[in-house]
Amino acid sequence: MAKRFNIRMAGVGGQGVVTGSHILSTAVINAGGESTIVPFYGSEKRMAPVESYVRVSDEPIYEIGEITFPHIIIIFHPQVITHGKSYTMPFYFGLKEDGVALINNDGPMNLHRDQAAELQKLRAKLYYFPATKISLEVAGMDLATNMALMGCIGAITGLTTMEGLDQAVKDRFLGKGFVVSGGTAALDSVVERKFKKKQELIEKNVAVMRAGWNYAVDHGWAAAEVKRVEEPVATATA
Amino acid sequence: MSETEVKTNPQGDPITSVAAPKSTGKQDPHGEAKRQKIVTPEYMFLEAPRTKEFITGSEAAKEAIRRSNVDLAIAYPITPQSETMQLVGVLYGEGYVKEYYRGEEEVGVMAAIAGGSRAGVRCYTATAGPGTLRGLEGIASWPGHRLPVVAMFTCRVVNAPLAIQPDNIEVAYLLNCGMIVFHAENQQDMFDFTMAGFTISEKNDVTLPVGVCCDGFFVTHARGYVRMQDRGIKLPPREAWRGAVPVLDAENPPARLSRDAPVQKSNFMAYNIHAVWQQEVWAAVERSRKYINKYMGGLLTAENVDDAEAIIIASGSAAAQSREAVRLCKDKGLKVGLIKVRSLRPFPTKELRELCKNAKLIVVPEFNYVGWLAKEVATAIYGYSKAKIIGGPRVYGGQSMPVELIVDEVESGLTGKKSTNVAMSQVMGGSISQDEVAHFMRSI
Repeated sequence: MAKRFNIRMAGVGGQGVVTGSHILSTAVINAGGESTIVPFYGSEKRMAPVESYVRVSDEPIYEIGEITFPHIIIIFHPQVITHGKSYTMPFYFGLKEDGVALINNDGPMNLHRDQAAELQKLRAKLYYFPATKISLEVAGMDLATNMALMGCIGAITGLTTMEGLDQAVKDRFLGKGFVVSGGTAALDSVVERKFKKKQELIEKNVAVMRAGWNYAVDHGWAAAEVKRVEEPVATATA
Repeated sequence: MSETEVKTNPQGDPITSVAAPKSTGKQDPHGEAKRQKIVTPEYMFLEAPRTKEFITGSEAAKEAIRRSNVDLAIAYPITPQSETMQLVGVLYGEGYVKEYYRGEEEVGVMAAIAGGSRAGVRCYTATAGPGTLRGLEGIASWPGHRLPVVAMFTCRVVNAPLAIQPDNIEVAYLLNCGMIVFHAENQQDMFDFTMAGFTISEKNDVTLPVGVCCDGFFVTHARGYVRMQDRGIKLPPREAWRGAVPVLDAENPPARLSRDAPVQKSNFMAYNIHAVWQQEVWAAVERSRKYINKYMGGLLTAENVDDAEAIIIASGSAAAQSREAVRLCKDKGLKVGLIKVRSLRPFPTKELRELCKNAKLIVVPEFNYVGWLAKEVATAIYGYSKAKIIGGPRVYGGQSMPVELIVDEVESGLTGKKSTNVAMSQVMGGSISQDEVAHFMRSI
């Protein structure tokens, strides 16, 4: 049986949802797996809902288009829980039975009792993961929230390795000719200025990613064969 | 066997990557194109070694045109096709295409393509959705005038409410023109079908236009691996004298124009000429089968159909989704086969009758509201198979097709559990009641 995860990532513009999905996808390919991504965004602007769909597998992937029935949902921002892509659907819409919802929040959220009941019926695993807090602690800023989430999901699925993720971050920030879109490229330059130097940027992103990976291992969320990784100490300079 | 991978198309935003190579003033910008060697179609399609490249569907069409010795390409932009003809424009800059311009709108483009083909040169254009329908008056006249052309249709929504998203309902309009119609599943098919299209369309006993359809965005804008022959080789040029009708020139008036009064008037000759032309066209469509088999390896592909509990029949992007549905069914312990229809005109009637003769359940997923493929399948196998046919699931207006919906139809068809997507009026044959069959027959 193929090991297959369809992942739906939802966040708000500016959080790096599409960038995160590129990095996870590249990381899976770097580790010898198969992956495709489909980004979905209307106008690129801060705080507007954004979704990106990542398929990862150990077999060729033929499927195309948006993911309606994901195995895993990643919520980058608690605001998405109330908004959704079209502002009309619950954030877990279409989640498969025994699916995983990885939510960026400092602790369990007070979901409406109907929603909590539905999630319980699906036997959904709800993982509340303080991604922004980890990004602030490790890198000194919140811009690596997506990296923390990608590290965490890498460990949960077990379909990539920390080396694969490291390399994907380097590909993303050092790779030539990588253009997601004009808007995202402009955003990158803002991010780069804030981190001062590219090398420092990569180191910090990787450090946050490793922290996310280890958080999943420490909390028993990780796939069976996944072990803790070495965590480089990044100096927090805002 | 591991294959060599090449990178000739720059990665990234195609808008920024279409620039023609910079000329140093000394180097001939057309040098590479001039050095291309002509090879036979047999060598090109069946023997030439290939290397793979990770490119978009539009880039795959561009690479097909590079190797197809095209004389005339006419562009008119419409999403999601615009990039395709823009990239063909780059080939013009590099000298691979002899003439290229942007038309006024689709009516003009299709008329000019007809003129080019009549004059004996190899023509290519591409359009999509509303552009296809606007150009359809001209397109529908190409087969009767016996004009070899390759046109690409990157399907999108045409019915209201309008959208730029994928929906292949426009294929339904093309099926009745008398042209040859292929439906590409992925970037590789776009490449192969386009090149084979030129060769097949110009065969003497065919002499017809070929339409290469794909579902827009899913294929045009997404990347996939495409195995391609070396860019240093190309197909032989069009030899118009081989065609079924004479080429237009100043001394040889167009034999296939309705120049004479009889055709314009309601009399016996008019009806007779119309019958003769259309009989010729559809006979030519039939004669193209042997070339499709030879150069494309068949009008359809079939996987795991023997002993299957159910068969999924699909074309285009629905075939890609169906591959995943087959995998999910296997995980559930269900043996499901897949038939991918590559050629819609001619339609693989004989092949389907043979493959489906023992089938119990056939599921036909589609990216359009009307279900044109389900109707084609039902008509083809009527009387040759006792299978229950489920015409669905269907998505339209740009929606992605969840693989789970296909699996659901397979399960509902096998177990009788209520389906979530397909209405009873779209279920045909099998053990369902005569009233329901009659309802279906009335609605097609």
